[in-house]
Amino acid sequence: MLEMILFASIKVVVVVAAVLTGCAYSTLLERKVVGHMQHRMGPNTAGPYGLLTPLADGLKLIFKEEIKPANIEPITYMLAPMISFVPAILTFAVIPFGKDNTFFGHDFTLVLSDLNVGVLFVFAVTSLGIYGIVLAGWSSGSKYSIMGAVRSSAQMISYEVGYGLSIVGVLIIANTLSLRELVELQMLPLWGTVSFLPNWFIFSQPLGFILFLTCAIAETNRAPFDMPEAESELVAGYHTEYSSMKFSMFFIAEYANMIAVSAVGATIFLGGWHGPFLDTMPMLSVLYFVLKVFCFMFFYIWLRATFPRFRYDQLMAFGWKVLFPLALLNTIVTAFFVIL
Amino acid sequence: MFETFFPILLLMAVGVFLSVVFIFLSAKIGRKTKLAKKFEPYECGVEPVGTTKEPVQVKFFLVAILFILFDIEVIFLYPYAVMARELGMFGLIEICVFVVILLVGYFYVLGRGALKWD
Repeated sequence: MLEMILFASIKVVVVVAAVLTGCAYSTLLERKVVGHMQHRMGPNTAGPYGLLTPLADGLKLIFKEEIKPANIEPITYMLAPMISFVPAILTFAVIPFGKDNTFFGHDFTLVLSDLNVGVLFVFAVTSLGIYGIVLAGWSSGSKYSIMGAVRSSAQMISYEVGYGLSIVGVLIIANTLSLRELVELQMLPLWGTVSFLPNWFIFSQPLGFILFLTCAIAETNRAPFDMPEAESELVAGYHTEYSSMKFSMFFIAEYANMIAVSAVGATIFLGGWHGPFLDTMPMLSVLYFVLKVFCFMFFYIWLRATFPRFRYDQLMAFGWKVLFPLALLNTIVTAFFVIL
Repeated sequence: MFETFFPILLLMAVGVFLSVVFIFLSAKIGRKTKLAKKFEPYECGVEPVGTTKEPVQVKFFLVAILFILFDIEVIFLYPYAVMARELGMFGLIEICVFVVILLVGYFYVLGRGALKWD
């Protein structure tokens, strides 16, 4: 019992530290990659290759003046950054990030909590983040904020439907909601026969994967679906009136959400921590997992550097008239294939 | 039971603790000035006009209602997905009937122009 509590505490601290560091360095990665894609250098002043930039940014934000506008709703204004920050971190509670291991004679599972309804938990927690955005926009007392919040809520709930539906195909094949069992299923040979490829669900559910990716980008409010922030028309959307660490909490939450959906995508479609040579070196599994998440993150940034923003009516029409029917079709076709 | 939910609660507690620390830090460390102009909501430099507590377009409300309807139907598909193999042919026919009913509603909504933005 005591041992379990100790192990859980260690894992929680390590995961939180890893996620926060990941968020910090995603900002650097984004600025570097977008910079090089536009033939610029990106940040390169703080430390070698600008590697200390996130640290400098964080310190700067802590020492910034905190401005509370006059006509805010004080309590919700305070709570909103917390409400978007906590769920963003909470997603990582059920994601398996490595193969089970033994350290100093103790069994050590590399997942915080092996919940048997892990997939449901992930989707429930991901959709909680929207409360933070809506409350922030509503309580700020600024027109840009309220418009950003209203747009964002309409966008996020519209894509939530397709997001939830896009993985039903995988669940029909796998017949489980536990993320650990999903990863274990993906370690088998492809369709039980092709021995040189793993049974990653991206091979049996390519359409589901594309739908998941699109909806995930819209869910995390990233370009080309970054309507709520649309800086050329809404200044900064829902966090216009936030400054100092409160602003940075929204910022961390956005990047944590990106990493979270990347991790979920990697776990459900790309085999999680699965990769070659795991029998001899089980610790490689963590590296594989991080690599897969990194690929997702790079793809996100690449999209941002490539595509212009959608128009609002196009965005809503795309979500309801393209993604939703396609996801439904994918589900039914998968069900027919599995049963017949 | 305790073993599965303890790490989740702990992670949540750490998250709340961190956010309280962040808010506390920025309130204490940052510099403070008292200028009335600074506490006005941002409106591109001009004096703020009107109020923000105006009603939003009813379209957004309609989207929210549609979301609840369709998302609940998606949630009904989850238990089916987990039991798909066991239910076999019977389940497949049942779920097809369910999806057809869902699609009738969907095309009704489309026909009434609820998803038209202009």
